[in-house]
Amino acid sequence: MGFRGFNSGALQGQVFALYSRLKSRAITLYRQNPVLFGLAAFAISALLLWAVALLLQGFWHLVTAPFTFFSDSAGFAINQTLLPYSESSSYGRAFMVGLLNTLLVSGLAIIFATIVGFIVGIARLSPNWLVAKLAMAYVEIIRNIPLLLQLFFWYFAVLRTLPHPKNSHALLDSFFLNKRGLFLPKAVFDPAMIWVGLAVLASVTAAFLLHRKNRLNHIATGHRLDFFWRWVAAISLFPVAVFLLLGLPLHLEYPALGRFNLRGGMQVLPEFIALLLALSLYTAGYIAEIIRSGILAVNQGQKEAAAALGLSRSQSLKLVVVPQAMRIIIPPLTNQYMNTIKNSSLAVAIAYPDLVHVTMGAMLSQTGKAVELVMLVMLVYLSLSLLTSLFMGWFDRKMQLVER
Amino acid sequence: MTQHFVRENLLAARPPLKTQKGMLAWMQHNLFSTPLNGLLTLVSLVLLYLLLAPLIRFSLVDAVWNGENRSVCLGVDGGACWAFVKAKFSLYIYGRFPADQHWRVDIVYIMGLLGLVPMLIPSTPYKKYNAIFLLVVFPVLAFVLLYGDRFGLSQVDTSLWGGLLVTLIVAATGIVASLPLGILLALGRQSKRPMLKAASVGFIEFWRGIPLITVLFMSSIMLPLLLPGGAHIDLLLRALIGVALFSSAYMAEVIRGGLQAIPKGQYEGAQALGLGYPQMMMLVILPQALKHVIPGIVNSFIALFKDTTLVLVIGLFDMLGMIQLSFTDANWIAPNISHTGYLFAAMVFWIFCYAMSRYSRFLEDYLHTGHKG
Repeated sequence: MGFRGFNSGALQGQVFALYSRLKSRAITLYRQNPVLFGLAAFAISALLLWAVALLLQGFWHLVTAPFTFFSDSAGFAINQTLLPYSESSSYGRAFMVGLLNTLLVSGLAIIFATIVGFIVGIARLSPNWLVAKLAMAYVEIIRNIPLLLQLFFWYFAVLRTLPHPKNSHALLDSFFLNKRGLFLPKAVFDPAMIWVGLAVLASVTAAFLLHRKNRLNHIATGHRLDFFWRWVAAISLFPVAVFLLLGLPLHLEYPALGRFNLRGGMQVLPEFIALLLALSLYTAGYIAEIIRSGILAVNQGQKEAAAALGLSRSQSLKLVVVPQAMRIIIPPLTNQYMNTIKNSSLAVAIAYPDLVHVTMGAMLSQTGKAVELVMLVMLVYLSLSLLTSLFMGWFDRKMQLVER
Repeated sequence: MTQHFVRENLLAARPPLKTQKGMLAWMQHNLFSTPLNGLLTLVSLVLLYLLLAPLIRFSLVDAVWNGENRSVCLGVDGGACWAFVKAKFSLYIYGRFPADQHWRVDIVYIMGLLGLVPMLIPSTPYKKYNAIFLLVVFPVLAFVLLYGDRFGLSQVDTSLWGGLLVTLIVAATGIVASLPLGILLALGRQSKRPMLKAASVGFIEFWRGIPLITVLFMSSIMLPLLLPGGAHIDLLLRALIGVALFSSAYMAEVIRGGLQAIPKGQYEGAQALGLGYPQMMMLVILPQALKHVIPGIVNSFIALFKDTTLVLVIGLFDMLGMIQLSFTDANWIAPNISHTGYLFAAMVFWIFCYAMSRYSRFLEDYLHTGHKG
């Protein structure tokens, strides 16, 4: 570096000299008068702490100053809120509501896309010609059409053309599908339900412990516990028994046709359904390809060796193929999950109240704080993707340890 | 006396068993090998019928092909209204470009096609001049032709551009700008200089971490605020800058994969020959690295092409935007036009993207000159 020669040696020497002089003074003081030394040390550290606190506070003010409007009342409504929210709630609350909506739709889309993607990916490898070709057609069609177009199709062409609430498509008089969305029975918990929750928690813990004991036993002796499955059955029946004994502390509130709309129950917005459908089906096309290539990438010799050892087909899949395929599948799969979260921002095109729609829409036009809001939204997505890459790094390291 | 038996002519080959050849054997093997497979086949057939029958009925059988306004499409129930697409076709292709100036867009389309097709066929000669035409001469000519305001051409403001024209402009700009930028970023990421490396990593991770929509919002809202003196920049240009930066980050990651696949010996060999860094990169490393990642590059082109539809969120009318806009025409409002419009858009986008992916597979085979396995 160029500035190393620039007098820095002399400066370092001076600083070091000052430091050692102070140090020897302090040692002398400590020897002569420990009480005074203690007081002085206390005073100096208190002063230092105060200065640091002041600095931090100043820094905090500097950072949050552009966002003081976050405590002002928002004044606009949001039609899907996971937190209690009203028009008098603050902008900060609206921001959180938007963020949670983003996480909700992308979380559910990730789950559905993984399920559909696994099925389609395995179907592409099916020995059945027709099934394999159908899966291939799905992948080729879904991946070559823009997600926004698919979203518009589901929203404007399918869900917006559904009948009015009066002529809803109904199933069993409890599920209704119409222009305003999907209406489901809502589960209403009685206070006694908490005991069932505790019972579920207890049996999950017990099952976990039993599984661990079984595995340790298997490693130590080579035998699994004989009564394992019976115990599992007993454990899973426990919460059911508690639920029944407490006299079914749960009832369903059914939606019913009112004058203009359905009342009661739970309403799922059409925007939400469209976004969920488009995101899940689109991402599933990509996940299917990841699964397929992951399974194909497992060496044929591995399968043959498993067969030679006398493992059955299912054992070979479970113990040999899938663990090795997973190592190849998980990194691109995580990438797809990240893409799903980012793609959920297309919500803004159909006015689903996600993070981008809430902040870039009403909040931006009311406050005019363009730079701050755009920065903040970017920061949220950046931290989400940072979390993903941290997970990826952790996963890579873990996998490298396993590799021999 | 011994008897000799020598056959003088070969026996004619016997036909294979019925269970091994022919349509029936194929079906037995591929569709009904086990009871479960048979069941799957039947389920797939039912599924296929349920999907295809309505689609064919909608798009072909019940469709209305000709007509002047909505009245022809109102009567039919559940058929496509192709008359609507026909009437709006020029809107989808040219946007609101003045009708008497459409020839300018046509020339640009034809010039692009003439430059692109020989570029894509590996055996055609003069690739270097072809590339210079496509990457340097063509964009300038296309801009002059489209924007006008000189050489006696009337000015056509970019707010009038739209439809497929904008889709292709955004995609082409992203593609053309992202390659050189992506190569520079990928090289920067591999650099030994800490500042350069940190800047490249930061740039790449930043753009890859945020959704394109926020990039577009940023370029449409923040860019004018950040520039001195409230300089006015065209909305299309702002979107193009955002798209170019965004896609170059993705391109950089693809190219980095190719750079990582080059063995160290290639660098050492180049250095031993006395090549400097630029020569080493241009003559030895990059040609191999880029060849490695051509499928990845085409894949990011496909992704970019699909992503161009997002520009409608900031008020630019690409093809999807124009289709969306055309639904509001009072002259054509009918229940089936949105289905028709989306079907048309899906077909156009699918043809473009599928062609690109087929081409990438072809190129992969063509370039696979190395020794594998």
